[in-house]
Amino acid sequence: MDQHLVFSSFPILSTLIFLPLVAALIMLFVNSERYCKYISLCFTSVVAVLSLVLIVGFDTETTKFQFAEKAVWISSLDINYVVGIDGISILLVVMTALIMPFCILASWSYIKLRVKAFLICLMVMETAMIGVFVALDFILFYVLWEAMLIPMYLIIGIWGGPRKIYASVKFFLYTLAGSILLLVAIIWLYWQNEYSFFIPDMMWHHYALGSQILVFIAFFLAFAIKVPMFPFHTWLPAAHVEAPTAGSVILASILLKMGTYGFLRFALPIVPDATYQLMPFVLWLSIAGIIYGGFTALAQNDMKKLIAYSSVGHMGFVTLGIFILNKQGIEGAILQMINHGVTTGALFLCVGMIYERTHSRELSMAAGVGKYMPIFVTFLTFFSLASLGFPGTNSFVGEFMILAGTFQFDIEAGRFPWLALAAIPGALLAAAYMLRMLQRIIWGGVDNPDQSWIKDINAREIVILAPFLFFVLWIGLSPGPFLDLIDASVTDLLQNLTMHRTHSLSLNLMAPY
Amino acid sequence: MEQSTPYLGFIPLLPLAGALVLGLMHIATCQGKRIPDKLYGILGCIGPFIALILAVKVFFELKALDEGKRVLLQRVYNWIEVGDLKISMGFLADPLSSLMLLFVTFVGFLIHLYSIGYMAGDKNFGKFFAYLNLFLASMLLLVLGDGPVVMFVGWEGVGLCSYLLISFYSEDPANVVAGNKAFIVNRIGDLGFVLGISFLFWGIGADGFDYISLEASATNLNPTLGLTVCLLLFVGATGKSAQIPLYVWLPDAMAGPTPVSALIHAATMVTAGVYMIARFSFLYVQVPLAGEIIAWVGILTALLAAIFGMYQRDIKKILAYSTVSQLGYMFAAVGLTAYSAGIFHVFTHAFFKALLFLGAGSVIHALHHEQDIWKMGGLKKKLPVTYWTMLFGALALAGCPLFSGFFSKDEILYSALAHGHGAIWFIGLIVAGITAYYTFRMFFVVFHGKPADQSLYDKAHESPPVMTVPLVILAVGAVFAGFLNLPHLFGGHLMVSHWLSPSLVEHHPDPTLALELLAVGGSIVAFVIGVSIAYRKFGTKAQEPVYRGFHKFAENKFMVDELFGALIVTPYRYLSQGISRIIEPWVTDGPLKSMALLYRLSGLAFKVFQVGLVRVYAIYMVLGLSIMSFLLIKTLNL
Repeated sequence: MDQHLVFSSFPILSTLIFLPLVAALIMLFVNSERYCKYISLCFTSVVAVLSLVLIVGFDTETTKFQFAEKAVWISSLDINYVVGIDGISILLVVMTALIMPFCILASWSYIKLRVKAFLICLMVMETAMIGVFVALDFILFYVLWEAMLIPMYLIIGIWGGPRKIYASVKFFLYTLAGSILLLVAIIWLYWQNEYSFFIPDMMWHHYALGSQILVFIAFFLAFAIKVPMFPFHTWLPAAHVEAPTAGSVILASILLKMGTYGFLRFALPIVPDATYQLMPFVLWLSIAGIIYGGFTALAQNDMKKLIAYSSVGHMGFVTLGIFILNKQGIEGAILQMINHGVTTGALFLCVGMIYERTHSRELSMAAGVGKYMPIFVTFLTFFSLASLGFPGTNSFVGEFMILAGTFQFDIEAGRFPWLALAAIPGALLAAAYMLRMLQRIIWGGVDNPDQSWIKDINAREIVILAPFLFFVLWIGLSPGPFLDLIDASVTDLLQNLTMHRTHSLSLNLMAPY
Repeated sequence: MEQSTPYLGFIPLLPLAGALVLGLMHIATCQGKRIPDKLYGILGCIGPFIALILAVKVFFELKALDEGKRVLLQRVYNWIEVGDLKISMGFLADPLSSLMLLFVTFVGFLIHLYSIGYMAGDKNFGKFFAYLNLFLASMLLLVLGDGPVVMFVGWEGVGLCSYLLISFYSEDPANVVAGNKAFIVNRIGDLGFVLGISFLFWGIGADGFDYISLEASATNLNPTLGLTVCLLLFVGATGKSAQIPLYVWLPDAMAGPTPVSALIHAATMVTAGVYMIARFSFLYVQVPLAGEIIAWVGILTALLAAIFGMYQRDIKKILAYSTVSQLGYMFAAVGLTAYSAGIFHVFTHAFFKALLFLGAGSVIHALHHEQDIWKMGGLKKKLPVTYWTMLFGALALAGCPLFSGFFSKDEILYSALAHGHGAIWFIGLIVAGITAYYTFRMFFVVFHGKPADQSLYDKAHESPPVMTVPLVILAVGAVFAGFLNLPHLFGGHLMVSHWLSPSLVEHHPDPTLALELLAVGGSIVAFVIGVSIAYRKFGTKAQEPVYRGFHKFAENKFMVDELFGALIVTPYRYLSQGISRIIEPWVTDGPLKSMALLYRLSGLAFKVFQVGLVRVYAIYMVLGLSIMSFLLIKTLNL
């Protein structure tokens, strides 16, 4: 086990995981809502700053799991508390830690009911989310993976909009149903691997193709629902629409990434042959998601629904990038996971700011607010452009890498680049639906509702949005530092993938492709 | 051979910094005290002015180098670097880009100056200058980028600014719609561009993806891939440079402020497509078929737009169609591999078309935003400077001998003849005649005859010097720019073509006197006929004609917009509505919903047994016990 790990002298990952939980415990004994807000803001900020230590101390040469920690949890079943990060997870961990303080700031005046309980939910959420990205024990992973559902269920169900019960139940049951088979797969792998739950132990084994495919299907259901991939996405718009701003941001920026992270961490290394076999199927589902999400977004009048459907399209790009199994694709996909977290998170924050003023998410009610909110629309314009992949913003770099990878994938296989051609109309659709929203909000129509009383965003809200803009431009203009962090792990993943692919097995499930 | 030039990057960076400063100033003060317009104006002009000086410096530095080594480079940093994909952020100045640089900064600066007067009093004065600076920065990036991807950043940037500026007068929803149309139509073209450079990358991009490396490995490109790349890039050009079938956005784009129409939608941005094809001349010379397609699309666009131009009543739309038409000429030229002729027409067109738009702006300004030519008339006396400068612009556009447009257009028509494309030459000649006609139709109706609307006429006044001075400077350019590339026939030495030759891969057919005379003679005849028809119909007294039949059809622009609406926009809209209203809830979400329903129904079914009466439960118990005992007895064989 230890050959996969680089231990750290200070338990930094555990600190990141448990600090929010400590904050939640402290808040239990604090009655003042005001103090609770400050406590949670304080703790999440400390976590955010500490997470930067990971970036500073990260070794970009090694492919082992760094900052590792290990403790025995249930010795009779060999279940351990093992955590560690590599190039695939580092950016996700840091992004989670960095986004949380802004979620608290965004809820500052938005949440008026049971503030303390809300903040405790957020804290538990943060613990579980960071834990999911760093867990190296499959049981630990699974526990945290499911644990996340509860605070999110409460966030939507208590602080949500009018159809909150429907949305929260749909969210909970749909995602739970997806992960039940995951548990079965985990137990099968445990049994196959001499009773070990340690994730790196499970990788690169030559399981029989039939079992690999079954395991892949179990993984796929769990992760595809989480991403969500078309056609498993129907819980997402409902959940997004009803969730409060902070909930939507967490959902879009972090929760959705767990699905794609799962594909990278588990599906590719554990069942590589099945991945190769079923790849075409996943790729075409991704393309379908890109197009379908775009068309559906175009028809929405609810801003949150619009952004939710755009997420289906954007995440389609990410799964496309992952499953073309080359360097541009996977690195682009990881970068695009971060990009989507930044831009879509920011867009949900923007919609939340409009909602706080007009108490509506309908585009028609927000029509023309731009006239009274010039600072706000400047931010909104940048984020919308980023979302539609405008050159110079972060999404352009990610999408460009994924498209370049897709071209390479097709051309190396010696066929016409249908796949890339099929993905490209997604970019046009993104321009259409984003502009439609932007145009309504900035300028509106002839009969805008009277909004002259609306005030522009205040200093707190500028502080919330500015860092997002900073990352939009930084990644857009100079993605180098980000790519350096993920490069070694991705290279290693791809090397192993080609090395351990069992060529003799060529049960061609997608013969016509 | 490559010189590293650290200041190249500042040329786009300075207007960008200007845009940032102006934008922040505007946002910070839009609800409080206003910053005086003068300060915005001065700050807005600084960036373009320094960029102009640097452009001149670049030109002279290049000139000092040997003819074959005229390249200045600046590599700033590696932008995207993953595996084989290596894209650097860098700038390249060679004769082609330096010529573009010169007139973009020159015309750009003049139009900034003019805008101080034209936009005076507008409540979004600061925002306007911020956008204009941002536009200039993007355009300079497009021109100076050292590879296709950097060019694409500028390419999209100019598209964005065009969108923002078309929608500038956002009080009228029609303007916003026009902005969206421009952006989305351009986006369609951009897809072609992205696809084109992606194919190019996988064809020959492995050894570096900048123009110099690409040119070196261009011969390795296989012919089919070459044709695909060339045509896809041209799709990009049809979007940005308003060619068939994507020209539909440009006339609508006239909704923006007039200086924007002059700078973006006439002089600079719309010529980006021509520049791009000239930039990739090393590819296009290898694929003559692509060139031929481009030439035909170009000349047909020229003809179509010229026909539309004859029937317009909005002064800016007349000029917009003439822009589309002139762009068609440029594409005809680059399609026939006469790149320098095409670029030369870009150059002269920038002067005379910017001049005409600014002149039109001066008229519109004088008449308090009246754009209908049938409400003008007799303005010659009221607006003398505008009148005379616009006359020069009109003469240049119409192709009057010795004016700049004559030489550049003649060069294109001559190339068509010299490359053996008589049909293209002939259509070009007809277009030249129509151009002369509609230009002077507009000119006579606006400036001659009697005022159609006396109250408008009485209030008209000549524009302030900050507007007329740029007009005069541009008029000088419109008259004399042609002499820079005087052909041998007139005793010149084709200076511009020689200057451009190191950047372009082109083949000059040997000049023959007969063909040159034929081309020149034809152009003169076309000009004379066009102008005399215009004079006979509108020269002295202009009456608004009533159009019928074919004329009516042409006035309605052959219903192309309506056709696109019915064929593309409406189906798209129905498709998205259909997916979101029917497929999403009933098909995609169907299995889930039916599963939920199944659970609920089974719950209902079992509910029947839960009646809540103890005696009923006792019966269940007795029943259960009896069944169990029965089974027990059965299995144990008692």
